[in-house]
Amino acid sequence: MKILKLEKGKLDLFASVVQQFGEVHAPTEHEGKFSFKRLNSWSEARLDYNRTVLPPRKYFLPPRETLFKYREATGYVPATEDLEKRVVLFGVHACDIHALNILDEVFGKGYLDPYYLTRRKNITIIGIDCTPDEHCFCRSMRADFAETGFDLFLKDIGDHYLTFVGTARGDDMVIATGPLFSEVTHSDIVEYKRRSSQKCDTFKLDLEIRDLPEIFELEYQADIWEELGEKCLSCGNCSMVCPTCYCYDVADEVKLGSHDGDRVRLWDSCLFATHALVAGGENFRKTRSSRIKFRFYHKQRGFVAEYGRPSCVGCGRCIEACPVGINIVGVINRLRGVEHASTD
Amino acid sequence: MHQQTETTLHRSVVRENPYQPHMARIVRVYNMVADNYLFTLRFVDEQIAGTFTHRPGQFIMLSLPGTGEAPISISSSPSRPGVLELCVRRVGRVTNALYRCRTNDLVAIRGPYGNGFPMEELMGKNVLLVAGGLGIAPLRSLLWYAIDNRGRFENITVMYGARTPQDMLFRDELVSLVGRTDLTCLLTVDEDPGGDWKGHIGLLPQLFDYLAIRPERTCAAVCGPPVVYRFILKRLLDLGFTKDRILMSLERRMRCGVGKCGHCSVGYKYTCIHGPIFTYWDAINLPEMI
Ligand SMILES: Cc1cc2nc3c(=O)[nH]c(=O)nc-3n(C[C@H](O)[C@H](O)[C@H](O)COP(=O)(O)OP(=O)(O)OC[C@H]3O[C@@H](n4cnc5c(N)ncnc54)[C@H](O)[C@@H]3O)c2cc1C
Ligand code: SF4
Ligand code: SF4
Ligand code: FES
Repeated sequence: MKILKLEKGKLDLFASVVQQFGEVHAPTEHEGKFSFKRLNSWSEARLDYNRTVLPPRKYFLPPRETLFKYREATGYVPATEDLEKRVVLFGVHACDIHALNILDEVFGKGYLDPYYLTRRKNITIIGIDCTPDEHCFCRSMRADFAETGFDLFLKDIGDHYLTFVGTARGDDMVIATGPLFSEVTHSDIVEYKRRSSQKCDTFKLDLEIRDLPEIFELEYQADIWEELGEKCLSCGNCSMVCPTCYCYDVADEVKLGSHDGDRVRLWDSCLFATHALVAGGENFRKTRSSRIKFRFYHKQRGFVAEYGRPSCVGCGRCIEACPVGINIVGVINRLRGVEHASTD
Repeated sequence: MHQQTETTLHRSVVRENPYQPHMARIVRVYNMVADNYLFTLRFVDEQIAGTFTHRPGQFIMLSLPGTGEAPISISSSPSRPGVLELCVRRVGRVTNALYRCRTNDLVAIRGPYGNGFPMEELMGKNVLLVAGGLGIAPLRSLLWYAIDNRGRFENITVMYGARTPQDMLFRDELVSLVGRTDLTCLLTVDEDPGGDWKGHIGLLPQLFDYLAIRPERTCAAVCGPPVVYRFILKRLLDLGFTKDRILMSLERRMRCGVGKCGHCSVGYKYTCIHGPIFTYWDAINLPEMI
């Protein structure tokens, strides 16, 4: 892999050149919360953020998107307008890049989802280092380092960023900024390794995932699911903020006074009571306990069976977003029996 | 995916879009029983009409423009191509909109989806079809496929139960099979308020009393409301059917049909791509399956 280094003081210069690759979006702060937004000026970017409220998923699978326009004369015509927009996401954390790689498995295998894949193609990703806080457990989920899924990745080594070049487009960006980048020296490598092992030691949450699928099978009838069902409000916050949740609903919307309309898809959540409801009123996951169990089960057991890894990257968003304090790490540790702490 | 060129991906939205519904014309509406019609459809695009094929047990996503989409089994057999027959019960938004349609109206279809019945597995064996109520919809495709390819199967047996004769789907068609010597067709109704039913009266499991079958050379396909599974599965196991020789078609809420939207999941499988046909063994192993 091509690796160069970029002086931190020149980051704003780099960002200005990067604009030719698309509209630059980066984490910005509002009342102590961070979110990816289009930058008006580089000074708005907060690359020292811990986590954004919504993950970058919103750029690839928007909360609401038009799939088709329906016209009486032509039938369903694919909506393509929004797909061509070029965006540069500046400052994506390793866990969120892993999450996109997981979504690639879902939308890029079997039947290909052309909407997602076109966006993935048109959106540039510049990754950046982070410092784990009390809710992060990406190391346990093996998502603390991204090897693929980015165009460039910036790793802090003091007054420089080591810059890993992941794609040809990433290389084009480096070339376009030319003299900003320089060769990596031996002492840079030593410093990188020192910081990397230091980062590993800062995680406050730890989770063994090796045999989780078996544990989930064994504990399928455990009391904990009833307890969680009692607490959970079925608000769906945990899926809305999750970088790997991808459930969606589809609806046809007709323009008033005409037969024309749009077919849209909208974020959905397996926590909502109607998720598994079918005609005749039969609901395969009627109770809140069955739905919250399903969410955990699907991520830590079901997804492993289908795609070989859990669909959780340990970003900690669902822990922060749950109004009643349901904590995925606490739940899993309790299932495993390593900790008799409560579930929050 | 980064290797794919931009033009391919963009073209795929227009050319290879798995969500693209194709317009189809209703060529016949047949009122089978109250709130249960048989719709015969033909794709408007002659190319699609001429090449569309499916496996028995597969389904399509049916769009009523402006109303939405719903998964519906293909009730016709691929051995009779050119048109698709859908046996639809009226229950909600999409199905109500379909019931307002008349001959020559347009709807839209994409598919076929799902695994369908494992035909390689069924060929050369006895086939036992057991359906209750609307469960006949997916099984009818398999039934006619087997009849049209009679030489490829051993004994063919159909067992079908409806609440009353007036509720019996495909009644004329099934009654006409009763006399045939190349297959066994056993029909029953729970009750006969009109008093004009000449056949068996009683619950579906009672038909097993008339059954002479060697389980070790037979595959059973079962489809119906939950009560059918409760009684029939036990009878089949008692008869000596192994769990992987009992096939069932499952219904789940579906929004995409292609393994993306998450709605149809059971345990770690998606009904739309891993099913809708599952073995009884799958059903026992996947939580919330039946
Ligand atoms: C693989 C497969 C094959 C199928 N084959 C057939 C077939 O051959 N023939 C057939 O008739 N059907 C078939 N079905 C079932 C069919 O898909 C459903 O009946 C259909 O989706 C109903 O759609 P609808 O828009 O008419 O109903 P909807 O408007 O979606 O409503 C259906 C029912 O869902 C419930 N419901 C929906 N939304 C809500 C809500 N917000 N709040 C409360 N309740 C709600 C209600 O009970 C309502 O009666 C099949 C299903 C599957 C999965
Ligand atoms: S389940 Fe929670 S911790 Fe895991 S990826 Fe989703 S939001 Fe992050
Ligand atoms: S955020 Fe918490 S309360 Fe809301 S659905 Fe998720 S687990 Fe339940
Ligand atoms: S219907 Fe969408 S995943 Fe099966």
